[in-house]
Amino acid sequence: MSDMASHGRAGYLPGFLRRADPAVLTAFACIVVLLFLGSLYSRNFLSPEYLLQQLKVASFLGVIATGMMLVVLLGQIDLSVPWTITAGAMMACAAAAYGPVGTALAMPFGILCGVLIGLVNGIGVAYLRIPSMIITLATNAVVQGLMVVYTGGSSPQDTATPAMRYVATGSILPGVPNAVIVWALVGIAMVFLLTRTGFGRTIYGIGNRERAAYLSGINTRRVVLIAFAMCGGLAAFGGVLLAGYASKAAQSMGDAYLLPSIAAVVLGGTSILGGRGSYLGTVAGVILITLLQSILSVMQMPEAGRQIIYGIVIVAMLLLYGRTPASR
Amino acid sequence: MKEWRYWVAEQRGTLLACGIFLLMFAIYTSNHPAGFTANVVETAANKGVLLAFVAMAQTLVVITAGIDLSVGMIFVLTNCVASALVVGTPMQTALGILAVLVVGVLCGALNGAIVIYGRLQPIVATIATGAVFFGIALLIRPFPGGSVNEDLADTLTGKIFGVVPASLVLLLVIVLLVWVPFRRSVLGRGAYAAGSAEAAAYMSGVPIRRAKFAAYMLSGLLAAFGGLFLTFFTYTGEAAYASGNAYTLFSIAAVVIGGVSLYGGRGSAIGAIFGALAFRTIGDLLFVFDLGALWQPLFQGVILLVAVSLGAFGLFRIRNRLEWFL
Amino acid sequence: MDDAVPLLRMEGISKRYGGVKALEKADLSVNAGSIHAILGENGAGKSTLIKILSGVVGPDEGRILLDGREVTFASPAAANQAGIVCVFQELSLVPELSVADNIVISDPPQRFGMIDHKAQRRIAEEALARAGAADIHPRALVKDLPLSRRQIVEIAKALARKPRILILDEATSALTAADVAKVFDVCKRLRSEGLALLYISHRMNEIRELADECTVFRNGHNVASYRAGTRSDDEVIEMMIGRQYSHVFPAKPDSGSASKSAPVLEARSLSWAGRLHDISLTLHPGEVVGLGGLDGQGQRELLLAFFGVLRGLGGQVLIDGKTVSIDSPAAARAAGIGMALIPEDRKTEGLMLPMTVRENLSFASLDRITKAGIVDRDQEQELIDDMVRLLAIKTAGLDIPVGALSGGNQQKVVIAKWLMRQPRIILLNDPTRGIDVGTKQEIYQLLRKLADTGAAILFYSTDYDELIGCCDRVLVLYDGAVRRELVGAEITEHALIASALNIEAEGQSAMQEVNA
Repeated sequence: MSDMASHGRAGYLPGFLRRADPAVLTAFACIVVLLFLGSLYSRNFLSPEYLLQQLKVASFLGVIATGMMLVVLLGQIDLSVPWTITAGAMMACAAAAYGPVGTALAMPFGILCGVLIGLVNGIGVAYLRIPSMIITLATNAVVQGLMVVYTGGSSPQDTATPAMRYVATGSILPGVPNAVIVWALVGIAMVFLLTRTGFGRTIYGIGNRERAAYLSGINTRRVVLIAFAMCGGLAAFGGVLLAGYASKAAQSMGDAYLLPSIAAVVLGGTSILGGRGSYLGTVAGVILITLLQSILSVMQMPEAGRQIIYGIVIVAMLLLYGRTPASR
Repeated sequence: MKEWRYWVAEQRGTLLACGIFLLMFAIYTSNHPAGFTANVVETAANKGVLLAFVAMAQTLVVITAGIDLSVGMIFVLTNCVASALVVGTPMQTALGILAVLVVGVLCGALNGAIVIYGRLQPIVATIATGAVFFGIALLIRPFPGGSVNEDLADTLTGKIFGVVPASLVLLLVIVLLVWVPFRRSVLGRGAYAAGSAEAAAYMSGVPIRRAKFAAYMLSGLLAAFGGLFLTFFTYTGEAAYASGNAYTLFSIAAVVIGGVSLYGGRGSAIGAIFGALAFRTIGDLLFVFDLGALWQPLFQGVILLVAVSLGAFGLFRIRNRLEWFL
Repeated sequence: MDDAVPLLRMEGISKRYGGVKALEKADLSVNAGSIHAILGENGAGKSTLIKILSGVVGPDEGRILLDGREVTFASPAAANQAGIVCVFQELSLVPELSVADNIVISDPPQRFGMIDHKAQRRIAEEALARAGAADIHPRALVKDLPLSRRQIVEIAKALARKPRILILDEATSALTAADVAKVFDVCKRLRSEGLALLYISHRMNEIRELADECTVFRNGHNVASYRAGTRSDDEVIEMMIGRQYSHVFPAKPDSGSASKSAPVLEARSLSWAGRLHDISLTLHPGEVVGLGGLDGQGQRELLLAFFGVLRGLGGQVLIDGKTVSIDSPAAARAAGIGMALIPEDRKTEGLMLPMTVRENLSFASLDRITKAGIVDRDQEQELIDDMVRLLAIKTAGLDIPVGALSGGNQQKVVIAKWLMRQPRIILLNDPTRGIDVGTKQEIYQLLRKLADTGAAILFYSTDYDELIGCCDRVLVLYDGAVRRELVGAEITEHALIASALNIEAEGQSAMQEVNA
């Protein structure tokens, strides 16, 4: 094997390490700082039970943020996540009302609804070239409208299936919540997708320069479409998990996940302009956001303070490493 | 001369929105059980004016080729501030109003500073500042409540001479005092130029940054007028998350219907006002046709989806596919 | 020119971009009340000179004298202040604003802090009238005007700034004949008003009609100045050439050997959007065919048309004698067609700069190195090794961002990523622009080698040397149509320039000279 090749091999770290950048390290450093601060406040903070509980809470956001990361890597954004989550949860619970078949298909059905929403977004962005921010806001409104019509405006009576509850709250391995395992599986699949597959390469390529990707003979529009569909599916899956966790779906249960999912992705070092970012960073971002939320609630910080701190932390970290290059 | 043709061309979006509104309003009143009465108009005007203020605020940012996803939260925040400060003697009330407007301007200035000087993407930046604004609103009003100078509130939400809705007069005054001067100023033109072709404007010596910053600040001011008026309308302040988000969304719909280009550089706040009134009327049409309130969110969403998709027709004119990726 | 102090003198101006010298000790002297034409080949240094004069870039050395006093311009605004206004090729108009808004954009008239629309209207009407376009309504939106009218508005906008020196850089390239005549009238009137005009154009007949003085640039230096009309077109072309061959080219095979085989690519009366007119050509395996002509005569569009990027293409494209419809680069690179395009701008169209050398190299071949969607890293490595060896790409590793490589090596990566697919038809859009001489020569060798192994190569270059040195045939384009086909020994610099400038008679005589 030639010299060049062996050199190439040596540099061939796992993708998520190779792409590690200062932003990811910063995010992890912030996690350590938060854990330290938390432990000063309460000794329980570093106990395994508490940490596992945090990880369990984080896994819902983790699944949702995984999909968001995919579209952010393309340089797009999905603002329909809140009602995609809600729709996924409601539809899965609704399916449960249709006998044993419905119960069995509840989770896939919920996810399928999310995929459909994502497809609408994807068609709008990739084929109609509507700015993703606008079309996803619109689909969010439409889905909200559909759900309001479906539920009659109040929280639906359907409850989650036992399977949903088990996936969200049970633990197949002693001590390890299933939700965490689910997130780990989704995460591993995502890392594999991004680093080992041609699809992953094209995602990064399109995010960097769609023009160049198109001229390289990539069907960029199809890739964008699929990415949005996956984002929708994962958001809905997050909704299904949340419904399992709470035993039922609720109106606007997804609202609380829009900002955190974007923030987790961006704080993890994924460029909002696309083309750059690692899943490891998103993991860090999700844990960071979850710990931040947890500490604020342990400190009995009211919702108001949480919102303010959120916003400030996100703007501050973006100003540190998320700025667009100066045009002149 | 064909002078009038140029005027029509300039105002096409606005005129179209005006036409849509008049048509919708005609359908609405003719099917309303009470018909075209001063009371029906007053109620419609009060609801429409609220959205009109927020839509104007959105327009200013959109003209610069930006977007403000925090505009609904500025609206909510100023509502809460107003419910705390706009009370008491006329002097206190006046100072309270001033404070509310200053809060709005500061919110806009913060957005502008982060987007223009901090060089962050408007979407993410304004989602984050929106959380901050909502948090502050929640600090002020953890629970719905507060009060407002009711004499003033009744005057501004009532009818003048028992016929003309005062809210429309107020809107007109603010258009004349805020929008028209901005539109005719060098900074206003700079905002349009920056939104249409930033590089060309820069090469021609246009003060792009100052112009954009002014647009963001005035956007905050207009949203604050909206928040103020909401307080007059409801007598209370409420940090309602869903309502803030809904107004942000509706403002985008109103802007699109009002002929303002989401790519920047084209459109008028007047158009956005008609867009807002039309959007409200379309939403209310459901009531007069007995379709029930449940369908309203879906209906509004579909209108928005259709409105934003219409812009895609320009795509078919593109003959070099590389232009997709500009 | 001899008695009075000239209005403008530029002395010993030099400018380098990286390692490339754009201007070297260039001089220029311009008098008030005259039209001064600047001539030169692509890359002779004309645009750099204009950019320095109008304050867009600063010179590395040399000085600019205005009325005999030395001046420096920190910005275009400073140059405007001094009375130097440039009408650029790329438009500086804001499309969504009206004509009047645009004309006064840098300094709108104001009353009480508001823009004075009446005064603005007056200024705009005046400027439009001076630009000979009183028919353009000041309230019309710029985006609604056709390109040629926009160019006139651009001139009116420049006039509203009250220039003493007006620079027209290819200002007529987008204009119709009627508009050109109007612009000429305007130029002559401005001259009589005492302005100095710097006129840059590739159109010899325009220069003949309009200019008082001419200066010829070559290799970043002014090689001659003369009074208009004192030199023949032939002599002017000789002055523009007069260059040493700086490259070593591989030997060409006997001409005609390739064209005996059946054409792999054929175009029949291709036309597109008023930019390509009735273009027919054939491309055979084993030959290198050049596209010549002045920059922007439709060469890029032609390559993009073949590659499936353009919509609404008229005419036919045939591959192996069969009509095909290629509607995307994905279709163009597919197995039955096997086309590759080395695009114009490697930074935005060829590469993803922040991504690694490895990812860029295999990006166009992902479909070939994936099995069930998963990248086969061993196969990828093998192909990449082959390409790195074949093109001798110098990189510190395969996992560094491709943006960290030198320009020449970046270009090699672009070429390599396509050669990895072993294309049958290779389209190149000015592949050697802005890269070093050594790499250029490697690319020439490579092109010939590829042709020898049966690839068909269509090669657009702005460098006439390359066309002469590399190509078996050259098609010279002018205004979106094939102006002339030069084969074998006919491909000379003289013939290329003459047909690029669309000079019929001189071109013929030049060819006779060469053949004699």
